[in-house]
Amino acid sequence: MNVAVRSTANAPDVAALKAQAAKLRGKIIEMSHKAQAAHLASSLSCADAMTAAYWHVLNIDPKNPTDPLRDRFILSKGHAAAALFATLAMKGYFPLEELDTYCQDGGRLAEHPPANLLPGVEAATGSLGHGLPLGCGMALAGRIKGENYRVFALLSDGENNEGSVWEAAMFAAAQKLENVCVVVDYNKWQATARSNETLMLAPLRDKWAAFGWDAHEIDGHDVGALAEAMQNIPNGSGKPVALIAHTVKGKGVSFMEDDNNWHYRAPTAEEVIKAHKELGLA
Amino acid sequence: MRNAFADELTKLGNEDPRVVMLSGDIGNRLFDKFKDKHPSRFFNCGVAEANMMGVAAGMAMNGLRPVAYTITPFVTTRCLEQIRTDVCYHEAPVTIVAVGAGLAYSGLGPTHHACEDISFLRSIPNMVVICPGDAFEVRGALRAAMQQDRPVYIRMGKKGEPVVHKGPIADFKIGKAITISEGADVCLLSTGNMLPEAIEAAHKLKDKGISAEVVSFHTVKPLDEEKLKQAFAKFKLVATIEEHSLIGGFGAAVSEWLVDTETKHQKFLRVGTPDAFFKKSGEQEYAREVLGLTGHQIADKIVHALS
Repeated sequence: MNVAVRSTANAPDVAALKAQAAKLRGKIIEMSHKAQAAHLASSLSCADAMTAAYWHVLNIDPKNPTDPLRDRFILSKGHAAAALFATLAMKGYFPLEELDTYCQDGGRLAEHPPANLLPGVEAATGSLGHGLPLGCGMALAGRIKGENYRVFALLSDGENNEGSVWEAAMFAAAQKLENVCVVVDYNKWQATARSNETLMLAPLRDKWAAFGWDAHEIDGHDVGALAEAMQNIPNGSGKPVALIAHTVKGKGVSFMEDDNNWHYRAPTAEEVIKAHKELGLA
Repeated sequence: MRNAFADELTKLGNEDPRVVMLSGDIGNRLFDKFKDKHPSRFFNCGVAEANMMGVAAGMAMNGLRPVAYTITPFVTTRCLEQIRTDVCYHEAPVTIVAVGAGLAYSGLGPTHHACEDISFLRSIPNMVVICPGDAFEVRGALRAAMQQDRPVYIRMGKKGEPVVHKGPIADFKIGKAITISEGADVCLLSTGNMLPEAIEAAHKLKDKGISAEVVSFHTVKPLDEEKLKQAFAKFKLVATIEEHSLIGGFGAAVSEWLVDTETKHQKFLRVGTPDAFFKKSGEQEYAREVLGLTGHQIADKIVHALS
């Protein structure tokens, strides 16, 4: 068996992670303003999970993005591409300056993560409900080839509307894919309405548990708790793990928080300055 | 075709540790040998084709050569977005194998018919579309698919079809049509499980003094352009024959090619299924008779077109 060396078993440096999450949010807000691109609030709600994954949990080497033993992270909620692009650039997968080309003609950074174009992007997403089946395939490939990497898939709560998510959930449980971890960014909104008023997700943790997963609720903005829970995969339960991360859409900027207009709105230059101040970046 | 597929897959599984079999809860006992030899590389994915296709893509993106298999509509239209986005957009070398092409499962009703799949799949970038004409072509297609670094769709009939080739086709090549018998007057380009009907049509035409060439045009995408050029240059009439809708299928692909290449030709006839669901009960032979797809009916159509 090819055994991957885990990045760290150390306790997360919560202060450093919090500072990193603020920087990530600041960058995402800048990108949204420059490109006048949608999905800002969706990118902000998962910024802490992204930070925990990339700055504490994942066994990855940005200099060797196709290392067969690397952990896989799939942004299944592909509309949060700005969060992924900013993360990958900050980690050194490509130059930070390339973020200025987000949504520009001829660039590599479209509004959803592309296939076979940008280092560090494990899967092209944007249509919801695709990341987990892909992740299950990746995990089984690892099992067959004797590589014990882990697979993380970040899903939106609205994405749980898709039947393919639940097909994959039953499949992963049947195959005992204990190296697979789903994080649901449960920000209680989907594109145009409250999630639970659209399709009834609640009780979401119980649903994932009923589908055979080791399912836990977690504060999706407690970056330390996220880091510890994700780093603990596989956790000995013998099951795939679902972390139902309670989040706030637009988290980190008071005038965006829990206001679903920011699913589509992009900030003005003044709003960027105000937001950066709130994040302690100014 | 089905048993040849399972047998060839088992051989390929022995030869190549990357070969993985995914079944959509079908093929009871069909894959026992594969399962016996490679239990860790067989997955019954259940009645969940969207997930099966995504899993196949995830495997293929990570160095494996998965084969995803179930009844045609369920492994094509049911999970079309997964084929497009997960498999083709990622250029993932997944081989999709469908059983029950066209009206092979006529008796099961339109839910199980598949007369639109060529149309859907050939329009997706990076996809190869192969419709083998008999069991030996199935073996050749599967073997060739495994050597590709790209998605391949193989559209099989069912089981027990007449075997046309005398043995394994050593030089089976994707995109290279196989001439079954040469002729002088008309050319019958058949794709998939209609090959025995095309051969029967050629016999009937011979009785009427018309010499017909029969070609197994197994690859619909990419087209064998060389063969098309020769056929349209040489014959008074070229016919495409398929158990698929005239909209978007093999005949449509050849029509597009004719227009795009401004190829001079004489008569061109397309034989296929109409733009309608076949709702009556009855087996494949009955359905073909009703829809005018049997050998003698194809011969009559050609005689009529020539007159």
